[in-house]
Formats: sequence, structure tokens, C-alpha cells
Amino acid sequence: MKSKVIVFPGSNCDRDVAVAIKNLSGVEPQMVWHKETTLDGADLIVVPGGFSYGDYLRCGAIASTSPIINEVIKKANEGVPVIGICNGFQILIETSLLDGALIRNSSLSFICKDVYIKSENQSSIFTKKTKIAKMPIAHNEGNYFASAETLKKIIDNDQIAFKYCNDQGEVNSVSNPNGSINNIAGILNDKKNVLGLMPHPERAAEKALGCDDGKHIFESVLSI
Amino acid sequence: MLAKIHITLKKDVLDPQGKVVANSLNTLGFDTVEDVRQGKYIELTINENDKNTAKKKLSEMCEKLLANLVIEDYSVEIE
Repeated sequence: MKSKVIVFPGSNCDRDVAVAIKNLSGVEPQMVWHKETTLDGADLIVVPGGFSYGDYLRCGAIASTSPIINEVIKKANEGVPVIGICNGFQILIETSLLDGALIRNSSLSFICKDVYIKSENQSSIFTKKTKIAKMPIAHNEGNYFASAETLKKIIDNDQIAFKYCNDQGEVNSVSNPNGSINNIAGILNDKKNVLGLMPHPERAAEKALGCDDGKHIFESVLSI
Repeated sequence: MLAKIHITLKKDVLDPQGKVVANSLNTLGFDTVEDVRQGKYIELTINENDKNTAKKKLSEMCEKLLANLVIEDYSVEIE
């Protein structure tokens, strides 16, 4: 499996995710600068976390106009798996590959802590190996919002990938760190080959990092 | 010509910043403030002669980049 990690000015989780994939799969991902225009041969595309373009205008808005994005959209439409993590999720939302929006945390604070998530959709290529998982979040704009109509669509179509929960897997307002509608931590596209999530699986991908719950997302999509 | 664009959050989108600003204004004694909604104001200088063409292009700019129509509304004014 050949993975490609997109690098924008201001990405800062690109190398973390590359190390996680290398350690789990044994295959070094290719780093792709955002000015490039091809992703030929990619079996997995990762849009990493960070602060692309300093979060100017809206998080992910400027990055969503980068030259490589047309190719990300093309590959996603061809069925290639795409994961957007944190700022990567914000970028995928801005490209309209994923529904809804990510707005300021309800607390108005940047939140950096471990949270628990559970997979809502349990059959997608990304979520099938994860039940309840602990991994960190680190964001200011991770409050998932969707109109009533969009929310109904993503629920009916089983597009909610992960929800924030407690360590017992209970989804409630106490376990919702940022005000996300229905505790949504990650969503899928219609065809379930594009995942966006706010938590950082690459920061919880091996025991040395304190927890390896995040590795299951990569293992399932990379068929390890 | 000069274009002025206002971008505001849609009515049903929560505006936590606006809420905090409203609370602070209340704390300062401005107790008639009931609600605050915060938005963005963007000025663009554009080289166009025809106002209608300019307005059309500005709407396109808002829809493609300047506003996120899932959560925001925009209005365009040309001087």
C-alpha cells in the first residue's frame, strides 16, 4: 500500500502521521507538497493536521484552493481512501468532500487533551477495527455543525464515523469536549472512502506515546 | 471600484464569541444589550468598470472562498 501525505505551509502533523504509517506498515509514505498536481499510485491519501496558512480566513479555507486539492478530489471520487485529521478534516470540509462545518469550540478555548471516541459506523474501511478508543484532540475549531437536513442525511446514510464518549462508551454532553452536534468527532462521505476526524490517531499509534488505540484506524485502512 | 463584503453567521448557527461579547457588555453596565452576533468585514479593490459584472464576480468569490455557505451568509456592496 502506497500512502501519500499532503504537506501545506503550516502543516505540523505531517511527519507524525508518516512515522505512524511507516512503523505500522513498514512502508514509508511519500510526502507531497501542496503545489504538486499528481497523486498517481496512491492507495491512501492523508491530509494532516496543523495550521495551514495560519488558519487565515477560516481554518482550511485557503488550503482547500491549493493545486493538489483538485487531485485529492479526483482520487476521492475514484474511490481512493482519504483521511483528513484535525486541520485536514477542516480542509476536506472546505473542499466539500465532507458535509457540514467546523466552528469555534463552544468553550471558546483551544482544547488539548485525551478524549474517548467510539465508532458509530462499524463497517467502513476506517472504523471497522475501532470500538472505543482514547486519543488526543488539539483544536480551537472542532465544533462540528450541520444543518438539520444534512444531519438527517448523514445519520440515515451511516456517515457518522466517530462520536465523543466516556471511557465506558457512553455518549453524553459531559463527554462532548467542544460542543459538536450529536457528539460527532468524525464523519465519512457518501461512499465511505473519505474520513475526516478531529482527534489525532497518529499521536496515539504506539505504546511509547502512551496509548496505541489510534493505530487501529490505520491498520484497518491499510489492511494490516 | 471598492467593494464591501459583510459575512455573518446564519441565524441557526451558535456564535459563542458573540455570546461572550454580549456578556461582557452586560457586565460593563450596557444592560440593554440582548444579543451580539459577530461577523467579518472584507474590503476589496477591484478593477472593473461595470457594477453588475463586478457584483456577479464578487458573489462568486464569496461562494467559492470568502464565505462558507454552510454556516455563513454574505452581502455585497459596491461604491
